[in-house]
Order: sequence, then structure tokens, then C-alpha cells
Amino acid sequence: MIARLLRSEHVAGWLFVLPAVVLIGLFGIVPIGWSLLLSFQHNDLLTPPTWAGLDNYRLLNNDPVFRDSVRRTLVYTMLFVPISVAGSLAVAMLLHARIRFARFYRTAVFVPVATSTVATGIIFNWLLEPTYGVANYLLGEVGLGPYGFFQDPDQALYSIVAMTVWGWLGFDVIIFMAALQGIPNDLMEAAKLDGSGRWATFRRITLPLLSPATLFLIVWSTINALQVFDEIYVTTRGGPLQATTVLVYELFNQAFVFFHAGYAAAIAYVLFLATLVLSLVQLWIGRRSVYYTS
Amino acid sequence: MNRHSLRLPFSPRHLVLLPLSLVMLLPLAWMLITSIETLSETRHFPPHLIPAGIHWRNYPDALDAAPFGRFFLNSTIVTLASVAGNLLFCSLAGYAFARLRFFGRDVLFVALLATLMVPFQVTMIPTFLIVHDLGLVNSLGALILPNLVTPFGIFLLRQFFRTLPIELEEAARIDGCSRLGVLFRVVLPLSMPALATLGIVTFLWTWNDFLWPLIVMSSTNEYTVQLGLASFQGAHDTKWPLLMAGNMMALAPMLIVFVVAQRWIVQSLAATGVKG
Repeated sequence: MIARLLRSEHVAGWLFVLPAVVLIGLFGIVPIGWSLLLSFQHNDLLTPPTWAGLDNYRLLNNDPVFRDSVRRTLVYTMLFVPISVAGSLAVAMLLHARIRFARFYRTAVFVPVATSTVATGIIFNWLLEPTYGVANYLLGEVGLGPYGFFQDPDQALYSIVAMTVWGWLGFDVIIFMAALQGIPNDLMEAAKLDGSGRWATFRRITLPLLSPATLFLIVWSTINALQVFDEIYVTTRGGPLQATTVLVYELFNQAFVFFHAGYAAAIAYVLFLATLVLSLVQLWIGRRSVYYTS
Repeated sequence: MNRHSLRLPFSPRHLVLLPLSLVMLLPLAWMLITSIETLSETRHFPPHLIPAGIHWRNYPDALDAAPFGRFFLNSTIVTLASVAGNLLFCSLAGYAFARLRFFGRDVLFVALLATLMVPFQVTMIPTFLIVHDLGLVNSLGALILPNLVTPFGIFLLRQFFRTLPIELEEAARIDGCSRLGVLFRVVLPLSMPALATLGIVTFLWTWNDFLWPLIVMSSTNEYTVQLGLASFQGAHDTKWPLLMAGNMMALAPMLIVFVVAQRWIVQSLAATGVKG
């Protein structure tokens, strides 16, 4: 009887997926609903929670700290995404050729990918140190600065952008180079034979063929930019004067520093919604302009 | 533009790539240089680009100042467990979704995939509460259990399994092989590229993870390398040589692995599109 049951495809299928279903159910699916419930509660993670209705969301709408954190997150995203995607496209185009030192160049561009966000933050703390840092020295040699970087409220967020572009550029280049390698050579040859110049070939052949990779990177980078946290925690801790308190940093503060779990859950849902809407809009715009080969 | 007026003896690409490479390497090179400088050398402007001597002491000093060995052990345990768990459980689930017909399969698959869309920050607070109720806060289990299996891994392997010729599996079944036997003896040996990709990506992601360990770990003994580094920085604020020596030790294994296995890591990242 048991042997026959085990041979049934239904039973076998469920046994195969059981560990995944239990674990993902417990740590992936249950928390989604629970988080929504939390966002309708006053909950300090210690005393019994009380029902709050839409209070947390109403509070959010009038909280200047939250609104500023949204604004900073959007500024960060609007700088990080175009710079890292366009920059990595340019670098990938340059690297996609048989030239000397290609291996060295590739390694130099890729190696920050292996550097953790925490290590990156610590290195940049020292690099961008206002008094003794090497960045101010090198920039001074070409007549710029000195800058306060992380310690100047007007420069801190831009310094975070620079640091994270350094950390993420290599990943984007990897994706673009893989896509470039997928372009059939005869297409390029044909374009050349037809007398197409380099710029025209890039505009009319390379760029359309790279559009799926570009769309993926734009969506992916936006999601990551909206969630930036590690690098900020290790460098500016949201400061100076809250200049780098982005959305997830504020969420972390509310949840695990002030223990406003309900309020933090409401922030999390705003983040969820923003991520979803932005991704869908990008994919929708992308669908009309991306060129897929069959 | 006249093509013949200006001809360099080398590709003009070098004019951009060389400075760019130096800028990309500068932060890491500067970490290495600082890690062998004395404290007083770092309190000098303009900075000493070449240190007067090699001051190795920073390394043993860093080891004395924080239990880096312990951090490494913790990170290694967590990472190995997560990689092993993902390889096993994602294979099982991925195979069932790819080949077996069972009640509720498609609904279940869509539900699992949907969780990929949800940012970790959304589930973070309840996950903390669940881990707390399980009595796992401040133990390595808190880092391992939620990461043993990922929807991403299931999806990746399912897609790969579906590209394999089903005839092989059918033949093995007819020869009396069990479903589990088919998976382990026929399917998985053919799936090494996908398994390697999943292993590498899980490794990078787990090793470099920061936010979740930050939330569930509070005692230094259970810190991972990333947590240890962050707290080490907090404790030694501006002792840059010491900090850079600690950072070097924490980064070196990963950097060596990356440079040696660059081809496979790059292929894996390109195949999946995920950085840690």
C-alpha cells in the first residue's frame, strides 16, 4: 500500500517539493501577509500589538523624515541607474575587441564584483577621508577640491553614488559582454560590406540587439538602487544631517532602532509598491522598444 | 573625421581603458598599501604613495584586535550549508516542477515565483519574528535556515532540466530506476553547468550578505566576516592601517578565488544576472 502510494506521481511530486514548500512558505510567503498585517498595527516587537487601521500609512504621508528619505532614494536611483548602465555599456563596447592587456582590463573592471559591500564601504571611508584621503590628494593634483565627501551634507549622497557605481559597474559589464558575444559576427560583416559606418552599425545593429540586456539591467539596477542600504550603513550611517537617510535606511531605523515595527512594515509596503510599479512601467516601455531575436 | 590624419601605434581604446583600469584598481591598491603603513604615515598630507618600509605588524595586530578566525569559520559554515542546501533542495523541487505531474503543481510554481518579486525588506521583520520564535536569534541557524532553498534556484534548475532530452530519463525508468535515482544518476550529472552556476551565485550572495546577519546577530562570537568587519571599523575608527589590514584579510580569499576562477564566475553571473 505504502509502496504503491510512493510510486504515484502526485505523491512523489509533493515529496520532492516538500522541503522547498515548507521553507519558502515559512520564510518567504507567510512573512508577506504578516508584514501587511503588521503595517495595520501599532507594534513595538515587545508588548502585545494593537490595531491601528490606516494610521501608519497616514503618519507616513505627513512624516517629513520619510518624505525626505523617498526623495533621496529617487535622486540616488536617477543618478545610479543611468550612470552605471550607460557607463558599463561603454566599457563593454571598449572591452569587446582583440586588444593587448584585455585580460588585465577585464580583471580590473570585474574585481569590485567580488568585493563585498561592507569592505567597499570601509575602503571608501579611507579613500574619501577629507584630510588625509588619497582622493582629495589626486583631485588636488588636477586642481579640484578639497572635498568633504561623506562628511559634507551636500556631497554625501553623490559620494555614495560614486562608490556604488564602482562596486556594481563590473557586474553590468559582464552582462553586456555576454550579450555582445551573442551577436552573430556575420551581421557585423554584412553591415560593413554594405558600407555602414561604425556609429551607424552601433546605433542600428548593436544597440537593438543589446536591448534585452539593457532592459534587464535597467530594471535590475533600479530594484537594487531603491533598496540601497549596506554601503550607507558602513559609511555615513544615514548622515551627515540625514543627507543619506534613504528609504531602507529609514525602514531599518524604524524597525530595529526605534522598534516601530508597524510603521516600518508600512514603509516596507510602500517600497514594495514603488518597486513593483517602477519595474512594470519599465517593462511596459521596454516591451515597445526592445528587439528580441526569435 | 579623416581616418588617415591621426594614426596611433596602438588601439585608441587603451586611452580610455588604461586610466579606467587604474581608477577601478585604485581603491584596492590603496587598501593594500595602507595595510603595510604605520599609523603616523597615514596621518600625513600629501599621502605617502609608496610606504617607507613594509610594516607587517598591522596584520597580527588586526588578528589580536578581533577574532577574524572565528568570523571566517562562521561565514564558512553558513555559506557551505546554504550552498549544499540550495543544490539539494532546489534540485529536488526543480526536477518535480520540470518533469513530474502532481496536483497543484502550476499554482505552487507561480506562488513560489511570485515571492521573487518581493523585496527582502518587506519580509524582513516577520522573518525576524519567526526566527525569534524558533529560538534561533543569535545562532548560525538563523542565517542558514531561511537560505537553504531559494525560489531563484528552483527556477534556474527547472529551466535547465527542461532542456535535457527526456528520452534518457524514460529509458532509466523503464530499466527500473526510481525517480530519485533518475534525478541523481541521470539528470544531475548532465546538469553540472547549472549546478555550478547556482553554487557560485549562492556562495557570493551568502558570503557577502549583510543586512540579515546585522538584524539577527548580536554576539561577536556568531558574527560573519561582513558583520565582523563592520564592527571592527566601529571599534577602530581612524586606525586606517589596522582597518585596511583586517579588510585585506577578509577580502583576500574572495579576491584570490575570483581571479583564479574568474571565467566560471563571470559565466555564472552572466547566466543568472545576480550579484550578492
